[in-house]
Amino acid sequence: MSIKIDHEQLLFHFQVNIATFALLFSEIVQYCQNRVHTVPELQNKLSELGQSVGSHMLDVIFLREKGYKREVKLLNMLIFIKSSFWKIVFGKEADKLEQANDDDRTYYIIEKEPLVNKFISVPKDKGSLNCAAFTAGILEAVLNGANFPAKVTVHWHKGTTFMIKFDESVIARDKMVDSR
Amino acid sequence: MSRQGNRAGDPRKVNGELFTLTYGALVAQLIKDYENDEQVNKQLDKMGYNMGVRLIEDFLARANTGKCNDFRETADVIAKVAFKMYLGLTPVVSNWSTAGDEFSLLLESNPLTEFVELPPGHSNLNYSNLLCGALRGALEMVQMDVDVRFVQDILKGDNITEIRLKFIKRLEDAVPVGED
Repeated sequence: MSIKIDHEQLLFHFQVNIATFALLFSEIVQYCQNRVHTVPELQNKLSELGQSVGSHMLDVIFLREKGYKREVKLLNMLIFIKSSFWKIVFGKEADKLEQANDDDRTYYIIEKEPLVNKFISVPKDKGSLNCAAFTAGILEAVLNGANFPAKVTVHWHKGTTFMIKFDESVIARDKMVDSR
Repeated sequence: MSRQGNRAGDPRKVNGELFTLTYGALVAQLIKDYENDEQVNKQLDKMGYNMGVRLIEDFLARANTGKCNDFRETADVIAKVAFKMYLGLTPVVSNWSTAGDEFSLLLESNPLTEFVELPPGHSNLNYSNLLCGALRGALEMVQMDVDVRFVQDILKGDNITEIRLKFIKRLEDAVPVGED
């Protein structure tokens, strides 16, 4: 007897209303806002919370989806994150994955409107605040946990750009894997 | 395994694990920021209240349930419509008081506590207190003063999670001075 598993059904089985998440995130931003004085501090707090989410998400989603097979090549990992991971976590793939022209350690994932920013409007006095710092935190924890140490920061560019700066060791290691 | 293409999914739904892990990150942060479980409980209740006050508007706009004639109807709407819409589950309504002003919601599973274990030393923490605040806030916006509290919690070792709702009084809109 063969059992057909609806792969996508499995992945989408536990969902909550977007309003539930959006309101929770809004409360979180307000809570953090009351405990810091500057926009960079606020983004840092959000990034830290995101990292807590990301480090747990690694086990739950990444390993389950990849059938417990570790990704070792950098580009494959980035493509997996931009497409499958983003789709599972945020409901759609990220818009673009690019490499910096002049720096082989830096990559960009670009999204016009990140899920977490969907219901957030930033008042003028908050200047450059981008709450997708939370998402940047998730990304950073996932990459670090999967043994691709990196720093991820968020920027207002083409919508929202996540700038991923890998450790030199990651690039060196990847080159070695290539040349085998 | 063949994929079924880029299934869009319901745009009003988000990954449930993202929600659960985000809530977990928040509770962990609150535990760090506050000195004792009671303060964390209060903060969770407050944040839940803020969410409930806004969630009710989304609910009234989308649910089309009409006005409830009595508290029993309210209970049914909460369990069968609201919980289903926002958390994807339907608790059981039970344990009505003889006066009909108190009932319990029984939850066999709780999306907020997926993957969660209470560490020792936090026996007073009402991990899902956000729910109580949300129910209280939402009901206040429809003119009901209701006391909401946990009486049993699977996280604390009970067999089931039970939330008790007690109707206190009907709230009248305050009439501004000078108008009658």
